[in-house]
Amino acid sequence: MTVVTAAAEPRPTIADHTTLLPGDEPVRILGTDQASTIDSGLVRGLYRQLVLGRRFNRQVTALTKQGRLAVYPSTTGQEACQVGAAAVLGPQDWLFPTYRDTLSVVLRGVDPVETLTLLRGDWHTGYDSRVHRVAPLCTPLATHCPHAVGLAHAARLRGDDVVTLALVGDGATSEGDFHEALNFAAVYQSPTVFFVQNNRYAISVPLSKQTAAPSLAHKGIGYGIPGVLVDGNDVLAVHTVLTEAMERARAGGGPTLVEALTYRIDAHTNADDATRYRTDDEVAFWQERDPVTLLERHLRETGMLDSDTERRARDAAEEMAADLRTRLGVDATPDPMDLFRHVYAEQTPQLREQQTRLAAELAAESELAGGGQ
Amino acid sequence: MSGSTTMARALNTALRDAMRADPTVHVFGEDVGQLGGVFRITDGLAAEFGEDRCADTPLAEAGILGTAVGMAMYGLRPVVEMQFDAFAYPAFEQLVDHVAKMRNRTRGNLPMPITIRVPYGGGIGGVEHHSDSSEAYYVHTPGLHVVSSATVADAYGLLRQSIASDDPVIFLEPKRLYWTREDWAPQAPVEPIGRAVVRRSGTSVVLVTYGQTVPVCMEAAALAQADGRDVSVIDLRSLVPFDEETVYAAVRRAGRAVVVHEASGFAGVGAEIAARISENCFHHLEAPVLRVTGFDVPYPPPMLERHHLPGTDRVLDAIERLQWADDIERAWHAVSA
Repeated sequence: MTVVTAAAEPRPTIADHTTLLPGDEPVRILGTDQASTIDSGLVRGLYRQLVLGRRFNRQVTALTKQGRLAVYPSTTGQEACQVGAAAVLGPQDWLFPTYRDTLSVVLRGVDPVETLTLLRGDWHTGYDSRVHRVAPLCTPLATHCPHAVGLAHAARLRGDDVVTLALVGDGATSEGDFHEALNFAAVYQSPTVFFVQNNRYAISVPLSKQTAAPSLAHKGIGYGIPGVLVDGNDVLAVHTVLTEAMERARAGGGPTLVEALTYRIDAHTNADDATRYRTDDEVAFWQERDPVTLLERHLRETGMLDSDTERRARDAAEEMAADLRTRLGVDATPDPMDLFRHVYAEQTPQLREQQTRLAAELAAESELAGGGQ
Repeated sequence: MSGSTTMARALNTALRDAMRADPTVHVFGEDVGQLGGVFRITDGLAAEFGEDRCADTPLAEAGILGTAVGMAMYGLRPVVEMQFDAFAYPAFEQLVDHVAKMRNRTRGNLPMPITIRVPYGGGIGGVEHHSDSSEAYYVHTPGLHVVSSATVADAYGLLRQSIASDDPVIFLEPKRLYWTREDWAPQAPVEPIGRAVVRRSGTSVVLVTYGQTVPVCMEAAALAQADGRDVSVIDLRSLVPFDEETVYAAVRRAGRAVVVHEASGFAGVGAEIAARISENCFHHLEAPVLRVTGFDVPYPPPMLERHHLPGTDRVLDAIERLQWADDIERAWHAVSA
């Protein structure tokens, strides 16, 4: 029998593809022998960031309840993922966060108040994306994934050493843009790492109603992308797995899909009531696996957590929290005329006319306010 | 050099010249590489510039436009092709949520100099989903410029301007006019985006149109001349920005106006233009502003499309319904008799 083949194209054989599948168990390092092999300076640094991260989530949640922010989607319980994501980026790399990933943006070095600009209810994204190499917080689910692919592809075309890291949640893996991004990344072999924080819920919808796949990391193989499953509350495992994925991308090995198993301890946002769709027992189960506690336990067991290290970590976190209280306590004063300034590089005559109308309304308002005195 | 050139060739030349002039210009989309595009607008670009500069992509429009956003964030100037009007819809979320808003929400830090080429409109015997006029969706989205060429010179000039623009541009290519020929001198300067052009100057009626229906209006104007109506034809060229100055000046002079486009009429571009003319030229109007458009039906199949497309007869009919003085005299005589 003659086997007819299409024009010969170099592709891996089907047998090779089994290496694209995630392991049966998520990668774990804490509680294993491997934990002691990791550089103690790195571990202490990750600990300080976890403590800072937890304090950030607590403080911003409190400020939101006091009305200082319009909304806050918290990452309490997911700090290991946020810390790991920020820590593996080189200065030249780009982070593509969602609205829930403010902590990773802050840990990337962006000013926290600038990071929270949109969530305060202001009209713009706050930080300068080009300066920090952090894309704007993305609200429409998974739509930033193709951006991460496009930027990495552009950088590679220019011969620049840039890896992009796209953060998404479990719900967003059902969106078409997630799949299109994986496919483009695989076809272009773009240096992009997709990091899914599977926190078990898309607002109220549990993972069981989101997918029938064995894991979200399994979604990689359909595109020819390796999928890796990691314990998302084990900061050492998250850091190790993401570092490997970033290095692979940097070396020209193409994209990786990493799924971290974690849990959203808080509700979706301050406006959500999580008791309507999950049990206290479930939350308690995950609190037992709290990422900060897990690392602290490891540090205590290995004698790495002296009182000085702990105190300095907590002091830094309190200092950040105090700064947040001070600066977010001051009302932002957005200029209404800014609504028109950046819609176009070249203003249209119609917008010029509307701008003039608003300016007149503002002038009348201020005259009225002045005249009342 | 001048000679008989098709609009398709002028568009192809514009892409080639833009890529030669600026190494950050990247062309990509479905079938644009080896094949040169289903309408051959990208013919020869992959051969000249390599597959990194003119690339075939996976068949996924949101992915195409989404990667274009990322490339623009890195400083490139993407020119993407949506193969047909109706095939651009999967990219709508990327367009509305990111392409149109990115400059604004980043206070200008991340401009989106992306050109989105969309072959649009019918009259080519296309089966369903191949003949939509989708401009109303685009013009309703703040942050986008929406442009359409009706002449060979404009096809070249407006596409070059669109690619050079720091704003995202929806570049609507009238499919039906791809193969029309004109004498064209390359590099002949054209008016900038945002300026309408008076293609024919007359004193009694203004036909306001763009893209596919410009030749229809030109023909109708010539026929009306024989009936003693002196008709202007304004080719808008860009719907956003809208050149109200040129339109209002012509309407104030003539006192009568008809807006003509192929897209469905309800809540379409013609409705916006008619409303603006009424708001701004009311005391100069001798008659209500009329619209001649496609019907409010899904675009018909090839066997029926001629009944849908606004042709010269429908335009001439609208001109005759503009409450001319001789009509009024006739009506007066009818009443008094």
